[in-house]
Amino acid sequence: MFDNLDLLALAPALNIQLLLDGLFVGAIFVLAAYGLALVWGVMNVKNLAQGEFVIMGGYFAWHLSTFGIHPIASIPIVFAIMFAFGWAVYLAIIRYVISRDLFTSLLATFGIALVVQQALNLAYGPEVRTAESGFTSHALFGGLVTVAEIKIVSFVLSIGLAAAVITFMKTSRMGQAIRATAQDPRAAKIMGIDTERVYAFTYALNAAICGAAGVLVSMIWVIQPFYGIPHSIRAFVIVTAAGLGNIPGVIVTGLGLGVAEQYSGFVLGAEFQQATPLILLLLVLIWRQVQMARHRQVVQ
Amino acid sequence: MTSDNTLPSGTGAPDAGAALGSHSSRIEINRDTTPWYVYAVIAAAALLAPFVFPAYTTQIAFLWLMILFALTWDIAGGQMGYNSLGNIFFFGAGMYICAVVQVGMFTDVGAYTSARGGEQLQLDYFDYFLSLAAGTGAAAIGCAFFAIVLGRIVFGLRGPYFAIGTLGIALSARELVGTWEWIGGGSGIAMPVYPGQPHERSVIFYILFFVLAALTFVFVRWLYSTRFGLAVNAIRDDEEKAEAMGIHTLRHKLVAWSAAAFFLGMSGAIFGNLTGFVEPLEVAFPAATFGIFMVVMALLGGKGTLWGPVIGATLFHVVKEVTWTYLLGWQWVALGLLIVVNVVFFQEGIMGWMQRKWPERFGITVDQRLSDSGGGTTEAGR
Repeated sequence: MFDNLDLLALAPALNIQLLLDGLFVGAIFVLAAYGLALVWGVMNVKNLAQGEFVIMGGYFAWHLSTFGIHPIASIPIVFAIMFAFGWAVYLAIIRYVISRDLFTSLLATFGIALVVQQALNLAYGPEVRTAESGFTSHALFGGLVTVAEIKIVSFVLSIGLAAAVITFMKTSRMGQAIRATAQDPRAAKIMGIDTERVYAFTYALNAAICGAAGVLVSMIWVIQPFYGIPHSIRAFVIVTAAGLGNIPGVIVTGLGLGVAEQYSGFVLGAEFQQATPLILLLLVLIWRQVQMARHRQVVQ
Repeated sequence: MTSDNTLPSGTGAPDAGAALGSHSSRIEINRDTTPWYVYAVIAAAALLAPFVFPAYTTQIAFLWLMILFALTWDIAGGQMGYNSLGNIFFFGAGMYICAVVQVGMFTDVGAYTSARGGEQLQLDYFDYFLSLAAGTGAAAIGCAFFAIVLGRIVFGLRGPYFAIGTLGIALSARELVGTWEWIGGGSGIAMPVYPGQPHERSVIFYILFFVLAALTFVFVRWLYSTRFGLAVNAIRDDEEKAEAMGIHTLRHKLVAWSAAAFFLGMSGAIFGNLTGFVEPLEVAFPAATFGIFMVVMALLGGKGTLWGPVIGATLFHVVKEVTWTYLLGWQWVALGLLIVVNVVFFQEGIMGWMQRKWPERFGITVDQRLSDSGGGTTEAGR
C-alpha cells in the first residue's frame, strides 16, 4: 500500500513534482472555493452546483476550441456566458431560496447540479475530454520532474483572476454593495442598496468565476459531465476549513488540498485520490465540532 | 386549551387537561386516524398484485423498497429535522455485511472474491434461506451499530453541515469499498444462486420486500405514537429548547437514526440477493439514484407525516416506471427539475398541502393553525 513512500525518499525530486502539480491544481480549487464562500457569505446559499459550473465552463471552452478559438482566448467569452447563465438561474430558482431554511438551498442547488450534468451528458456524451492548448512540457532534474508550460500559464491566470476579483470586491461600487449586504442585508436595503440586484450579481459572478476555473481545468486536466461532484466537495472542504470571509485562509487551504491530493494519489494509489477530499471533509467537520465543543465549554 | 384527550397529528403540545380530565390514563399522541379499510385495501392489493400482474412482480417489489426508503429517511429527515443525504450508506453497508456473512458461512471470502468469474455458490433451499436470514440479521444489527458510531460524529453538525457530512460518508464509503480487495473491490461479489425457479424467486423476493416495508410502516407508526415521537419532533422544532426541557437530544438522535439504519440494512441485504451481484458504484451505494430518490419521495409526499412518504414513494415510483423509458435520456434532467420544483415551490408536499386545504379532516383545530402560521419559519438564519 505504501510502496511509493520509499520512492519518495529515494528520489526527493519527485516531491517537487508533486508539490508543483498540487499547487497548480490547487490554484483552480481556490477559485471555485472563493466563489462558494462569496455566495455562502452574501446570500447564505450553499451552492452544491459549484462543480457543475466548473465543468460547464470547461465544456464551453472545449466547444469553442473546436471552432478554432484558443482556450485562453475563450476565458472572457466563457466568463460572460456563465455570468448570464448564473443570472438566469438566480432569477428562475435561487431568489426563491434565499430566505428559506438551510436544507432548501442545498437540495435545490443539488437539483440544478443534476440538471446541468445530465444536460452536458446529453450534449457532449460521457467521454473524457481535454481542450488542446498547444504548449510543450519541460523536463527538469534529469527527467524526474516534468513541468507543462500550460500549467504555469494557468497558475498565473488563476492568480490574475483571483486578484482581479478581490480588487473588484474591495474598490468598485458593486463590490462595496456586496460586502455591505453580506454584513447586514436589512441595513444595506435601508441605505438604498438594491439587495435583489446584489444577490443576482453575486450569484452570476460566482458562476462566472467557476466557469473561468473550468476553462483552466479543461486545459490542464480532464473534464467529463460527472466530474463536477468532486469539485463541489473540494469547494466545501476548503470553505468549511477556512471559514467564511477568510480569503487568505481559502487560498492556503485550496493550495494545501491540491498538494494533499497529489501526495495521497501517489502514495496510496490513484483510486484513493477521489476519496481524499471526502475523507478530508469528514476530518474537517469532526475537527470543527471538537473546536465548537471546546468553545461551548469556555462559554460555560 | 382543548378538552379532548386525543391530540391529532400536527405539532400540538400535550396539555395537562388531557391527562387529568379523561377516563384513559394514557395520552394518545399523534394518533393514526386512518380507517381500517385503507389498510385492508392496501394489504389485499399487495397480496394479489404478483398474481394479477406476474410480469411486473419485480417492479412492484421495488415499489415496496421505495416506500421503505422514504419511510426510513423521514424518521430523521422529516420528523427530526436532520436532513441526511447519506442514508444510502446503510443500504450498501447492509448489502455488503449480508454478502460477507452469506459467503463466509460456506467458503473463504477472500479466496471466493479473488476467483472472479469462477464458480458461484450453489446452495440448497435450507442453506440458502438460513444464510439469507443470518445475513439479513447481521446486516440489520451491523447497520444500527454503524449508525450509532457514525451518529456520534455527525450529529454534532447542524443544518447544511449535517447534510454535507452524511453525503461525504456515503461517497467516501463508495470510494473506499472499491479499493478493498478482500470483499471484491471494484468488481464486487457474486451472491449465492437461488436454488429454485426464476418465477418462484421473484415471488419470494416480492414477499420479502412487502413484509419488510409493512414491518417498517408498523414500526414507524408505533414510534410516532410514543413519547419518543414527540421528543424527536421537539428536536426538529427547536433543539436548544428541547435540550433545556430535559430531553437527552443526542440519545434520541442516535436511536432515531439507528432505527432507520436497521431497516435500511435489511432492505440492502435482500436487495443484494435479488440482484445476485454486489458492486460498490451502481448496486451498493447508488448515491445519485436511490440516495436522492429517498429524499425526493419523502419531500414529494410531505415530510414529517406518517402517510406522506408512502404516498410520495408510490406516486414517484409509478410515474417513474411508466414514463422513464419514453424520455430517452432526458429522464435525469426531468428528475433534477422535479427536485428543484418540489423543493422550491412545493416543499409542504402532498400531505402538507392536503392538511392546509382540508384541516378539519386531519383534526387540526383553529388555535393550532394560528400557532402554526405564527411560528412557522424561524429556521432561517446563518
